Amino acid sequence: MININNELKEKILVLDGAMGTMLQEYNFSEEDFRGERFKDYPSSLKGNNDLLSLTQPKAIAEVHAKYFEAGADIVETNTFSGTTIAMADYNMEELVYELNFESARIAKEVADKFTKANPEKPRFVAGSIGPTNKTASLSPDVNRPEYRAITFDELRIAYKQQIEALIDGGVDVLLVETIFDTLNAKAALFAIEEVKEEREIDTPVMVSGTITDASGRTLSGQTVEAFLTSISHIPLLSVGFNCALGAEQLKPYLQRLSDITGFHTSAHPNAGLPNAFGEYDQTPNQMQALIKDYLQDGLINIIGGCCGTSPVHIKAIAEVAQNYKPRAIVIPA
Amino acid sequence: MNKEHKYLTLSGLEPLVVTPESNFINIGERTNVTGSRKFLRLIKEENYNEAIDVARDQVDGGAQILDVNMDEGMLDGKYAMTTFLNLIASEPDIARIPIMIDSSKWDIIEAGLKVVQGKSVVNSISLKEGQKEFVRQAKLVKRYGAAVIVMAFDEKGQADTYERRIEICERSYKILVDIVRFSPQDIIFDPNIFPVATGMDEHRLNALDFFKATKWIRKNLPYANVSGGVSNVSFSFRGNNIVREAINAAFLYHAIQHGMNLGIVNPTMLEVYDEIDKDLLNCVEDVLFDKRDDATERLLDFAETVKGQKRETTEQILEWRNNPLQDRITHALVKGIDAFIIEDVEEARLASEKPIAVIEGHLMIGMNVVGDLFGSGKMFLPQVVKSARVMKKAVAYLQPFIEAEKDGKQQFAGKILMATVKGDVHDIGKNIVSVVLGCNNYDIVDLGVMVPPEKIIETAIKENVDIIGLSGLITPSLDEMAFVSKEMERKNLNIPLIIGGATTSRAHSAVKIAPNYSNSVVHINDASRAVTVVGSLLQKNNKLFKTQIRDEYDKFREQFLKRTRKKEFLSIEDARKNKFSINWQTTEIVKPQQLGVQVIENFDIKKLEDFIDWAPFFRSWDLHGKYPEILNDNIVGEQAKELFDDAQLLLKRVFDEKLLNAKAIFGLFAANTINHDDIEVNDDTGNTLDTFLSLRQQSKKSEGKPNIALADFIAPKELGKQDYMGCFCVTTGFGTQELAKQFEDNHDDYNAIMIKALADRLAEAYAEYLHKKVRTKYWGYSKNENLTNDELIKENYKGIRPAPGYPACPDHLEKTTIWNLLDIEKNIGVKLTASLAMWPAASVSGYYFGNQEARYFGLGKIKDDQLEDYANRRNISIDKARKWLNPNLAE
Repeated sequence: MININNELKEKILVLDGAMGTMLQEYNFSEEDFRGERFKDYPSSLKGNNDLLSLTQPKAIAEVHAKYFEAGADIVETNTFSGTTIAMADYNMEELVYELNFESARIAKEVADKFTKANPEKPRFVAGSIGPTNKTASLSPDVNRPEYRAITFDELRIAYKQQIEALIDGGVDVLLVETIFDTLNAKAALFAIEEVKEEREIDTPVMVSGTITDASGRTLSGQTVEAFLTSISHIPLLSVGFNCALGAEQLKPYLQRLSDITGFHTSAHPNAGLPNAFGEYDQTPNQMQALIKDYLQDGLINIIGGCCGTSPVHIKAIAEVAQNYKPRAIVIPA
Repeated sequence: MNKEHKYLTLSGLEPLVVTPESNFINIGERTNVTGSRKFLRLIKEENYNEAIDVARDQVDGGAQILDVNMDEGMLDGKYAMTTFLNLIASEPDIARIPIMIDSSKWDIIEAGLKVVQGKSVVNSISLKEGQKEFVRQAKLVKRYGAAVIVMAFDEKGQADTYERRIEICERSYKILVDIVRFSPQDIIFDPNIFPVATGMDEHRLNALDFFKATKWIRKNLPYANVSGGVSNVSFSFRGNNIVREAINAAFLYHAIQHGMNLGIVNPTMLEVYDEIDKDLLNCVEDVLFDKRDDATERLLDFAETVKGQKRETTEQILEWRNNPLQDRITHALVKGIDAFIIEDVEEARLASEKPIAVIEGHLMIGMNVVGDLFGSGKMFLPQVVKSARVMKKAVAYLQPFIEAEKDGKQQFAGKILMATVKGDVHDIGKNIVSVVLGCNNYDIVDLGVMVPPEKIIETAIKENVDIIGLSGLITPSLDEMAFVSKEMERKNLNIPLIIGGATTSRAHSAVKIAPNYSNSVVHINDASRAVTVVGSLLQKNNKLFKTQIRDEYDKFREQFLKRTRKKEFLSIEDARKNKFSINWQTTEIVKPQQLGVQVIENFDIKKLEDFIDWAPFFRSWDLHGKYPEILNDNIVGEQAKELFDDAQLLLKRVFDEKLLNAKAIFGLFAANTINHDDIEVNDDTGNTLDTFLSLRQQSKKSEGKPNIALADFIAPKELGKQDYMGCFCVTTGFGTQELAKQFEDNHDDYNAIMIKALADRLAEAYAEYLHKKVRTKYWGYSKNENLTNDELIKENYKGIRPAPGYPACPDHLEKTTIWNLLDIEKNIGVKLTASLAMWPAASVSGYYFGNQEARYFGLGKIKDDQLEDYANRRNISIDKARKWLNPNLAE
């Protein structure tokens, strides 16, 4: 089997871009979301993008293929909200295993096709593990600061279901991403360690936090260094940041991370900051120039895009990434 | 992951890295129901608001880790632990530091681990219940992402001897590292601190065995840490606080010496080691190290004599006034208290045969104590300067009596000439060194600032000085110092030379000064080294020291020259081809709201308060660390706080009484780059006003990195795009000299130095303030910027304000262009000296570049081809150009 660790020694790996942005272009209706299988489902399903892996599998496969064509080495499964916690919004907790399994299987199938066509450039699938819509270390109620809407154990159990299904579906890597509360991520990492121990496997793990704004901290208040310290207790394939900020705003934090971590680094920033209409309008060229800056400074091992990025962005990023050596992992002094 | 250094790293909202330099990590212990009755009551009553205040007090008091313990029979420990940790997670000022989850019950520990997002410490696990349970708990601790305290406890019981301690710790370590794969730096051993002087023979080695075991662990169990609860050691003296505090302090001191790097210490139950009564300390150390058979009895006897005494409280703070005369004088000098010094000195004078005897006796005895404490790192620079203030007041009082009696002069250890060299006006560092040497009984001949070489040499001969000290801050002063050393050689002076100041370095002294001069040349990088170096230079058998210094500098020079030869350079043409490229088609150029020159007078300097960057202020007093963290630093925190308070007091006076006068001038102009490296500055009708010359990096860069010059940040003229730049000068220095003089006349060097240091900070703050106004208003290219002071200091803004004489533009001659453009001397009165230093010293000048890609860089070394090119552009001789750019010329 091709080892992603070996690939990382040779080159900068390119991660895909946004899934949601691409799916919007299909303009799926409520009926499309439901498909045949859920046509009589009691609650509204429009907007449940993860469900499309079951009802519109061709579209999902097409998006993956577009990113691979653009030059991505890794695509993320369509499972950002694939936990019982997030699926509760649609009363679809029961479907969590199937959603994750199918999403992983579809992505892996596309990846294998591309690898077969060009074995020189092996493609990988990362199982996307989102933050859920609840925070374990922040109270949603300002009048009850001691209250928590979710506990560590509830998160751990939910994540464990998702992780087992992703692994069964064939993912190569697990990606705990868009972490705005480190305690949520620690629950996911705990669950991963449990699964790895029970199954005696060693699936590589990527961790990607989110710096919410110019305060330079996560939503739960940690600095870059504190965040890294809090998630470094298990061996990671990479650690990095994604979402909330554009490449330009993210750079100082990435620099700080790169300076102190002995893990590989990753970044998948948004296509700039949203404009007044909430749209991302950074062009592929603009983003390419900013990413080039990362590459020149040797900050990156894995690079991709988050909200607002498309295959054109990823193509521009892949083009420039191939001209640079990956960040050297130096032992921090 | 970290192969070379494995340091225990913890986190709350911010990280805590325990390095060898951290000295000792203090764990806050008041949020512990077993140790604090008050906290227990608050938790029982579910009065969590006040319970949180207890935690906050701990953090404010300098705790670096917060120990939380809810082990009490009547409490639901899991509920209390979860609730309390959830609550403090919502308090950012508390949640900043890591948590220590402290319980003897595993389920309470696990409940705690499930609610902390940072990397915490579990306190504790042990082999008490056997290896299987130990492994299970350790695995979970690792999986939750925490570090762990391991008690020296096993199936047979708690370790109470040296052998048992190391046996259990070694076994625990091997299991953790080899079986559980626990990171060794995340292991903290608690080798059991037991009470001493209990009267039982088997307890005699309690402290000593702990020390030995600690040392053994740190040596034999790589990367592991040692911690302990200190107060337990003095348990048998409950009720006798004087003895308890002495035992705790002495134990802590020795435990740290043996390698304990974390600990639970109640700061209110701790005497300062050096302040412990010497007899008491002897008794205590005899017990700790089991030095005599009757050690315990002697300590108990001593304890009887002090029973019931209370420690100095605020009402009793003047108790020291009842001490014998010499003790009072020493106390006043060590503590820097000048309130009673005149009456004490008068008492001493009446008791002495001659007034001079008071200086040579009482005062010198006190100052020697100050010198020793400073030399051994137990006193810090601001304290020493305060001591000097007391000393000066005392001497000033005695002076008339000495003169009346004409009974001879004070005997000094040596005479030292101090001067800031010609062309330079900066004297904070020089004054600090003068004061420190003065404290150590050297006679200082201070020639002030901008001292020409002739005067230095003339005075040195006339006054028959023993050492000459030269100081300077700006780069041209480096050449001036080299010149002075040549002149000293020419005039056959045979006096050691010491060199100091911000831009000076051992490299410069070794390469550019030492070869010029036959006697010793020594570079001194901070004031505390000055005393040792001067002492060594002036001792009778100083030949060895002098030869050593000479050899050291020769060797250093050789290595340095060898190293510099290796660097590769590009020709200036090639460097220009590799310039920093901005896409001028797409980049945003904003036209300033108003072009031309503007002057700001009658500025309320109070507005600058929020813009002050305090870290350099502390550095100028040899206190190193980040602000505000430095205020809670283990080692210098107390001093930093005191210094900061004094600074605030003076700053308030400056603000309230408007003691300093701030002025500013700036100009915004149309500008374009011509011939790669020059920037043409035009008025709005297109006439050229003047031209800035920039210098280009010439060292060979790695692939893809540009050779930058400041001109790269301005659009080239040939593109036909109008670009803009600015320049400025601010000062807060008017009034400084007069104030400093007032303080000096009042024998108050402390505040004389302080006002200069503050004026410097205010000038920097003004530059920052004005830059912001320019970005958001006058130029207005960044109207919506909203940065905190912290972000300003970190230079997170768009555009730069480099200053001539600093790394991006080491060419001081550019200041003359700025002065011409803005007519600065006429407009705001700031002058340039012969070396192009600004007068008053607390001034800042520079350029403004507004392009969002503009950034700070260092020029580094340049080659002769650029030097020639530059001389042509500047229209000066190559020799003159060489003189000004000397520090940046490659060998």
